[in-house]
Amino acid sequence: MRIELQKRANVSTLFSIISPLLALLLTLVFGAIMFWLLGKSPLGSLYIYFVEPLLEVWSLHELAVKAAPLILIAVGLAVCYRSNNWNIGAEGQFTIGAITGSILPVLYPEWHSWAILPMMMVMGVIGGALYAAIPALLKTRFNTNEILTSLMLVYIAGLFLDWLVRGPWRDPKGYNFPVTKSFQVEAVLPEILDSGRAHWAFIFAIVAAMALWFMMRFMLKGFEVSVLGQSERAGRFAGFSARRMAWFSMLLSGGLAGLAGISEVSGSIGHLQPSISPGYGFTAIIVAFLGRLNPLGIIASGLVLALTYLGGEAAQAALQISDKAARVFQGMLLFFVLSCDTLIHYRIRLILAGGKTAEARA
Amino acid sequence: MTLSEGPAAVPLLSVRGLTKLFGSFAACNAIDLDIAPGEIHALLGENGAGKSTLVKMLFGVLQPSAGQILWEGAPVTIVSPGEARRLGIGMVFQHFSLFEALTVAENIALSLDPKISLARISDEAASLSKAYGLPLDPKAHVADLSVGERQRIEIVRALLQNPKLIILDEPTSVLTPQEADRLFETLFKLKAEGRSVLYISHRLEEVRRICDRATVLRHGKVTGACDPKQETPASLARMMVGSDVAEVHRDAGTVLGDIRLEVGNLSVPARTPFAVALRNVSMKVRAGEVLAIAGVAGNGQGELFDVLSGEYPVAGDEAIRIRGKAVGRTGINGRRLLGAGFVPEERHGHAAVSAMALSDNLLLARSQSDRKAFLSGGAFSVIRFDAIRSATRRICEVMDVRKSGEDPQASSLSGGNLQKFIVGRELDRQPAVLVVNQPTWGVDAGAASRIRQALIDLAKAGSAVVVISQDLDEIFEVATNIAVISEGRLSEPHPAGTLTLERIGLLMGGIHESHSIPEAAHAH
Repeated sequence: MRIELQKRANVSTLFSIISPLLALLLTLVFGAIMFWLLGKSPLGSLYIYFVEPLLEVWSLHELAVKAAPLILIAVGLAVCYRSNNWNIGAEGQFTIGAITGSILPVLYPEWHSWAILPMMMVMGVIGGALYAAIPALLKTRFNTNEILTSLMLVYIAGLFLDWLVRGPWRDPKGYNFPVTKSFQVEAVLPEILDSGRAHWAFIFAIVAAMALWFMMRFMLKGFEVSVLGQSERAGRFAGFSARRMAWFSMLLSGGLAGLAGISEVSGSIGHLQPSISPGYGFTAIIVAFLGRLNPLGIIASGLVLALTYLGGEAAQAALQISDKAARVFQGMLLFFVLSCDTLIHYRIRLILAGGKTAEARA
Repeated sequence: MTLSEGPAAVPLLSVRGLTKLFGSFAACNAIDLDIAPGEIHALLGENGAGKSTLVKMLFGVLQPSAGQILWEGAPVTIVSPGEARRLGIGMVFQHFSLFEALTVAENIALSLDPKISLARISDEAASLSKAYGLPLDPKAHVADLSVGERQRIEIVRALLQNPKLIILDEPTSVLTPQEADRLFETLFKLKAEGRSVLYISHRLEEVRRICDRATVLRHGKVTGACDPKQETPASLARMMVGSDVAEVHRDAGTVLGDIRLEVGNLSVPARTPFAVALRNVSMKVRAGEVLAIAGVAGNGQGELFDVLSGEYPVAGDEAIRIRGKAVGRTGINGRRLLGAGFVPEERHGHAAVSAMALSDNLLLARSQSDRKAFLSGGAFSVIRFDAIRSATRRICEVMDVRKSGEDPQASSLSGGNLQKFIVGRELDRQPAVLVVNQPTWGVDAGAASRIRQALIDLAKAGSAVVVISQDLDEIFEVATNIAVISEGRLSEPHPAGTLTLERIGLLMGGIHESHSIPEAAHAH
């Protein structure tokens, strides 16, 4: 017996639209089964996980704090993926952006000026973009697969940060903890409202999403992205260059990931430490696909994935289950999004021995 | 081989009510067909008539939705190509399935029992190819062979199974007239041995020449069964198309103007191991002229188009001139701004993005040449969808593009309608120079004649037109002058009136006029 995926002649518009919701629903169902197998009440657990964090003001602020880097990174990745460039290394660009953005407050802690914050942001963008330029250069120059190179660079960035905060950048008065000095107050990204921790990164995220939505929807550049993503040859016929697009999309997504990195460090943490991200750069890949690679959809999906982080923390406290549950939810969500999309475009055919076919409706 | 001595009362292969549904679309609809032993039977029809679907069912690649296949009078179910071969059906596909890096014998061995030694296959292939007049060196690498030779491998491969029925799918579409003649001799030999041939084609002349009977398909149905020798090309065409095809009109004695496109002694190395290098290509195309470039597929047509369009600019700026300006190093949009237009061979994924709307596909070709009309907002380049949609509407009206809905995806259009749009997209600009590669490849007869007429009209209005085509009928219909491309070399152009089919055939086969070779002068 053989299983084949056969392309459907017509793709259902209805299912294309509800596919992310369907994936979400399936994730909840299987999440409930997981809780049940762990010996917890399925509905009660889901309530703690997905509803309770939305009931209090402070935790809504936390939601925005977690959603901001996800959205910032994911909108850049969406442009990348739409143009058929597969940047998997946003986590590394996030880390490098956080490091380059922190140069000023770490090295000049006595400099008190309003100018330090915009300069930090710009340096974060540049750092992330330069780090993404490495896979871009390798791809355009040597035809290297950017999936591999960008992913490998993630680990290099992580170890570099670790070395920095344990070595040259360690706070001498920090009782030997691997952290830098706390940033001066001028270097901390301000909060948006007095009621909670949500800071300017969320505004950056919304502005970036709007701007990229406008670009993809109305500008020739967005058209260029879609054309090259679907057919390099047709793009060449239109006079677009796939090489330049590889540079553009990698620099854009790297820059946004870098901005997310320095915003997170400046707004949420206040100093550099070995671990600055609970995997935002990887989770943003899920955010991008759950949002259908559409910047507006990504705002919504970014909030959903942020909720899985919050729920994970709440479940740790209330249900005594590991914070790995959050990763399981994220993994299931990506799995169901991709399989829903696949089954919308293909149907499964079982080919039994003897050439008889049985068709399974998905 | 043993043959039934009785009269041809029992056909070798019969098909009764054979139907293949794709969703609700009937690619083949209740088809009846009989093939007698020892006959060459033609299956005629336009692209999309259902020929390939029918043949795939006979060869076990597709399973019929309804109907019956009878082999020597007994009903059979052909579940796989292997089963078809066991019954005695051999097939030569239009697109070859050969590994270019392997030798002829190795390619043949791949389709046979792995226990047979390579040496034995070599011997058998060599003797078979000799017996049937298909000269072939078993040790040659496929990459070095011409298309005609590659086809011989496929035929020999099919013959090694000792089939009673051989199916050939559009075998001459890639051959020169001389190579085609050779193939016909082989087919007559097969017929003399009592084997049957199912010959799929849309070339009426050759069907009349070699086939004993013909079955004509249109829209998945049999529209006629006849003896092609008793029919005229016009009556066969009517069965294929359903109505008389409009003839292309052309005025004699067009006055040619100044040179619009000039290529001077251009050589371009091959970009990939299997591409063709262009060698000393020169041409001049004047206003009002249609220069047709004939040639067998794979002799550098695609490469020539790439350098003319500027998709792959060349090293020497002076090598290509459009309206007097050196453009060798200029990209495609720079050349468009000088008034040139381009229509590539491949519609899907080159001339158009299949999953994009027609209006997007208009912007694809004209984002820079019509910048003022289609974009606004300065450096932001905001797309003016209203202007593009109205231009799309205009083009569809002028070219009679039939589509479902206002602005459908390119993939939803039939080949002919999409090609009309792609050609119309360039004509709409009134280009001073138009370069077209295979303008009517895979296009129905109605759309083809409309496109050819449009090309002639464009030249008459004072543009220079280059038509690269493998279709000799098309070339004689549109050309003012004809040049032939072979192995990356372009022949001198000849006025269309002075060339015969035979002479073009010789040029296509690579026999060139004696060139004075510049290097020879220095060889003291």
